[in-house]
Amino acid sequence: MNAFFNSPDAMIMLTGSLVGIAATLLGTFLILRGSAMLSDAISHSMVFGIIIVWMITGQTSGPIQILGAVLTGLLTVSLTQLLTQTKRVKTDAAIGLVFPVLFSIGVLLINLYARDVHIDAHTVLLGEIGFVWLDAYEIGGVLVPEAVVWMGLMTLINLGFVTLFYKELKLATFDVALAKALGFAPAILTYGLMALLSGTAVAAFDAVGAILFIAFVIVPPSAAYLLTDRLWIMLVAGSAISIASAISGYGFALLFNVSIGGMMALMSGVFFLGCFAFGPRYGLIAQTLRAQARHSENASRTLAVHLFNHEGQTNADEENVAAALREHLHWTPAKAQRTLVKSLDDGLITRSGRRLALTPKGRATAREILEPWAQKEPAP
Amino acid sequence: MLDILSDFTLQNVMIGATLLGIISGVLGTFAVLRKQSLLGDTLSHAALPGICIGFLVAGTRSLPFILTGALLAGAAAALVVVFLTRTTRLKTDASLGIALSVFFALGIVLLTMIQNQGNAAQGGLDSFLFGQAAAILRSDLYVMGAITLTAVALVTGLWKEFKLISFDPSYARTLGLPVLALEVLLTTMIALAVVVGLQMVGVILMAAMIIAPAVAARQWTNKLGVMAALSALFGVVSGLVGSVISASATGLSTGPLIVLAASVIVVTSLVFAPETGLLPTALRVRRDKFSLKSRLVLGTIYRLAAEHGDPAYPAEQAMIDAFHRTDTSAVLSRLEQRGLVRSTAHHPEPTPHWVLTPKGLEQAQTPLDQSGETQ
Repeated sequence: MNAFFNSPDAMIMLTGSLVGIAATLLGTFLILRGSAMLSDAISHSMVFGIIIVWMITGQTSGPIQILGAVLTGLLTVSLTQLLTQTKRVKTDAAIGLVFPVLFSIGVLLINLYARDVHIDAHTVLLGEIGFVWLDAYEIGGVLVPEAVVWMGLMTLINLGFVTLFYKELKLATFDVALAKALGFAPAILTYGLMALLSGTAVAAFDAVGAILFIAFVIVPPSAAYLLTDRLWIMLVAGSAISIASAISGYGFALLFNVSIGGMMALMSGVFFLGCFAFGPRYGLIAQTLRAQARHSENASRTLAVHLFNHEGQTNADEENVAAALREHLHWTPAKAQRTLVKSLDDGLITRSGRRLALTPKGRATAREILEPWAQKEPAP
Repeated sequence: MLDILSDFTLQNVMIGATLLGIISGVLGTFAVLRKQSLLGDTLSHAALPGICIGFLVAGTRSLPFILTGALLAGAAAALVVVFLTRTTRLKTDASLGIALSVFFALGIVLLTMIQNQGNAAQGGLDSFLFGQAAAILRSDLYVMGAITLTAVALVTGLWKEFKLISFDPSYARTLGLPVLALEVLLTTMIALAVVVGLQMVGVILMAAMIIAPAVAARQWTNKLGVMAALSALFGVVSGLVGSVISASATGLSTGPLIVLAASVIVVTSLVFAPETGLLPTALRVRRDKFSLKSRLVLGTIYRLAAEHGDPAYPAEQAMIDAFHRTDTSAVLSRLEQRGLVRSTAHHPEPTPHWVLTPKGLEQAQTPLDQSGETQ
């Protein structure tokens, strides 16, 4: 136990994983609702909240900071909505107007008052996950890093929120109108989501900073979204991807001696790329293969229809041969060859000498296309 | 003041601010109208790895290399966004967020890699995060000027086409315009604006320079040309104000100051712009409400007079109040100010009474649509 909490390596990976899980739990819903860029706005605005709370209380982390973050997050969302409600600014422009203001004020206040504190512009942006094990609380005789305590707490709160309001969140995400009609107050859920996102952002702040936090909110859930259609699988897969990103990111960061937080975020991008390419249903390769399968399926059906049309006609000798596919259907030799082999394999056609003929199965296929109404009649 | 203005560094900064204002204002106009405001945010964050790669290739802080890298990285990010949105079921905002955060993460990784090499020339590379206007050299300005000139020339040359794809892309397509190519060009040019702004405001706040001047300009006009010009003007003004404050009060970052100046212009425009401003609109609504009320009250007195066959029929105020079910004294005294009614005593009743003046009679007889009362 002590050895685990005393090991900087373990603590850094644990912190990264906790940031990832906490962010993914909320990010999943943001992705599905199409408001992912609100996380961009909220995490930038945190700079403002943190410096204000520091100026009032002198604390750079802890419960007061989390409370301040929640207020800042709600301020950001409310200001954005206020601007949108004037109907003079579109939502995306409103987001892009609000957070730079709060961020700018935050940076200027840091310039003016917080030069000598460890809040500097760099930490604010990038965090210092490499030093999380330096500040620790003593809990039951074990030294647990502060970041782990607070991130763990936020992860638990987010998990509780998602578990408790799973049905409501699901409904408010997929069918806002129905949720409203059933009296679920989706707006309150949205504010709850934003408040938790802000709390998580500030807890994650020392570790990964404002901008890399966005990666943890958006990228793992997006990757998971390409893997599955089920909400709970998406939550689990997103969390798993976050953990994998944190661990592999730390490994590569040590290997190349680069920013740990940056490498963790970059690894989540790599995992996203993997899901994008190899996702079973929505992946690029699966999509391409499906499209190809449809193409060759269509070619077989075209062949069946062609043979059916000329079956028993006087020119059948000249039409129902392999050469006609190239000349009359304008297929390339390769495509004609491929389609013939596939149709023979599928048992749609037979071949005797030059002549091609339909099997009963092939005839049924052609008839299904040419005379769809015929199907409804009972077979003789 | 003249002292400050003749300062060589400040001159550089002011020229830089002017260039940035022009390019971001003009291109921001199109970005905001095409609902691509946040694309500027993504492109500017995504410029960071390009900056680092430019530095790594050149081996020194050479601006042309760095800006080319930033431009290519921005364009790559824009392509990633378009590609992800088209080929996956992710929505635009998720694609924007993915491109933004992953590119930025790559940038941070490269930045730390460069810093760890201990290359002495890397000093000032992280000034691109927040901008450091004072570090701008005269030679940097030539590069920024050339980029701005190219962008403005392109926009002027392709004005009609850009206008059409911004407002009616499907019509543009039926006309046979290469819509996709034009859209890609316009998006890439936003990356150009980001590149010019890197040294002034840095990658993080560049989004605001794309959005804020254009949103402010939008409030003042409905014409694209005027909007682009105003937007450029607002961009220049905020750039100048921000950089001068930053230069005079030492220690304040230039980027945030420029962004705050631009935001003040946005708020002012939202509140005071004559056509759409919140304050003029509120006043107009109030006036309309009032003028409708006075019309109604005038009509009531007129109908009472007509009923009694006496144009000078004194109508009792309490009766008018009762008829309208509200206190009409404010409306009546306003009508009196405009010489449409006058108050009169009607003995033996002690209560106030009102009579139409000849002008009021004429006004009440004029049909509503000709009176010019309702604006």
